[in-house]
Amino acid sequence: MNYHWNWWIFFEPSLDGTNTYLTTLFWGLGWTAATAIVAFAIALVLGSIVGVARTAPIGWMQRAGTIFVEIFRNIPLLVQMFLWYFVLPEILPRDAGMWLKQLPNAQFYTAAVCLGFYHAARMAEVVRAGLLSLSRGQKMAGQALGLTLPQTYRYVLLPVAYRIVVPAITSEFLSCTKNTSVGIAIGLVELTGTARAMQENTFQVFEAFAAATVLYLALNMVIVFAMRAVEKSAVIPGLGNRVAGRGR
Amino acid sequence: MSMITLRDVSKTYGDFRVLSGCSTSVSKGEVVVVCGPSGSGKSTLIKTINGLEPIDSGNITVDGTAVSSPTTNLPLLRAKVGMVFQHFELFPHLNIRENLALAQIKVLKRPRDTALEKGAALLERVGLSAHAEKFPGQLSGGQQQRVAIARALAMDPIAMLFDEPTSALDPEMINEVLDVMVELARDGMTMMVVTHEMGFARKVANRVIFMDRGEIVEDADKNEFFGKPRSERAQQFLSKILVH
Repeated sequence: MNYHWNWWIFFEPSLDGTNTYLTTLFWGLGWTAATAIVAFAIALVLGSIVGVARTAPIGWMQRAGTIFVEIFRNIPLLVQMFLWYFVLPEILPRDAGMWLKQLPNAQFYTAAVCLGFYHAARMAEVVRAGLLSLSRGQKMAGQALGLTLPQTYRYVLLPVAYRIVVPAITSEFLSCTKNTSVGIAIGLVELTGTARAMQENTFQVFEAFAAATVLYLALNMVIVFAMRAVEKSAVIPGLGNRVAGRGR
Repeated sequence: MSMITLRDVSKTYGDFRVLSGCSTSVSKGEVVVVCGPSGSGKSTLIKTINGLEPIDSGNITVDGTAVSSPTTNLPLLRAKVGMVFQHFELFPHLNIRENLALAQIKVLKRPRDTALEKGAALLERVGLSAHAEKFPGQLSGGQQQRVAIARALAMDPIAMLFDEPTSALDPEMINEVLDVMVELARDGMTMMVVTHEMGFARKVANRVIFMDRGEIVEDADKNEFFGKPRSERAQQFLSKILVH
C-alpha cells in the first residue's frame, strides 16, 4: 500500500477557508449530538405515548399504536429519510411544502424528526414490554384505590416499567446516535458528512475516518456513563435486580 | 341496611362460566366470609363488587350506586371500597409513607400533610410505624399485607374487600395479618373476605358464603354453616379443610 500518512492534516484550513479540518469535525460532532438528542427526546415522548396506547384496554388506541409501530419499524431508515425530505414537501399543500423547503437547517429538522419517529416505534415496544412485565395486580391495585386509568399509568405502572427498561432505553439511545449518520443522505453535515468531506478534499481517508471513529466512540461513551448514572438512581430499594411482580 | 347487593350476577370467559346467578347481600357492619374450592369463582365474585371484573348480566349495588351502570363514576365508587389483594400489590417504587399517601392525595385531593398524618396514624394502628421510610421490597410478606390494609383504610372506606389476604403468606405471618382483620371487624367495619382461614370465620364472621363452580351453593349464618351445612358440597369441603 502506497499511502502517505499526514496527521497534521487536521490543522490545515478546510475548503471553507476559515476553519481547520479539526474544527469542521467538531462542528460535525456537534450536529450529530444535537440531532441525536432531539431525535431521542421525540422518540422517548412519542414512543411512551404509543407504548401506553398499545397496552391500553381501548381497541382503537391499540390498533393505532400497532399501525404506527409497524409502519415506522418496517421501512428502512434511509428510505424514511428520503420520504421525509424529498416526498413530504411535495405531497403537502403548496404553501406548507414551500415553507418546508425554505426552512433554514431543514436537513437537521428532517433528520431529527425522521430518526425520532423511527426510534419512537422501537421505544414503544420497549415501553410496552416494560408495562407487560408488571403483574396485572398492580393495575388493579391502583384502580381499586380510585385512581383513574391515566392516573394508574402515571403514578403506578410507568414509574416501575421505565425503571425496568432503562438498559433497553440506553441501547436505543446509542443506536439513535449512530443512526444520525444516515442524515448524510439528505445533506446533513454531521460527523460522517464532515469526515467524508475531509477525505474527498484531502484524500487522507484513514485520518478522516479514524477521527470520526474516535469521536463517535467518545460521544457514545458519554451516553453510556450518563445512562449508567440514571440506571443507578432508578434502582428500587429492596427490589435489587428482581423485577416487580415477577415469579408469581 | 344493605351496603352491598348482588342480584343474579353472571360472567363467562369464552365458554367457561365463572359466575352463574350469584345473589347475596352484605349489611352495614356485617362480616361475610366467602369460601370454596379453587376455581369456584370467589375471587372473581369479590372483584365484581368494585368493578375490577366486569359482569355479563345481573346487577350489583354498593351503597345505593349501581356498579355496572355506564353513568357511574367507577373511580369514585372504588375509592369508597377498600380492597386487599392476595399478593399485597404495594407500589414497589414508593416507600411505605408514599404508598399510603398516593391515593389520598390524587383521588381524595387531601393536602399532602393531612395524607401523611393519616398514613402515619394507620401505620401505628397496624404496628409498623418504624417502617415508614422503607420500601415494600424491604418488608416481609406479613408486614406488606398489613401496610396494604392500612393503605386501603387511609381512604376511609365504607366497606373492605379481602381477596385471599393470607394465602400468599408464610404460615408464621398469617396471624399478624388476621389479628389486624379481627380488630377491624370488631370495630364494626363492613367486610367481605375470601379466605380459607376458617378460624377467622368462626371468630368474627356473621355469615359464610360457600361457592362451587361459579355458584353460591350456600349462604348461611356462621353457626348454621359450621354446625350443619345444608348442601353436600359444603359438607365435603368443610370435612376436607377442618380435618387437621
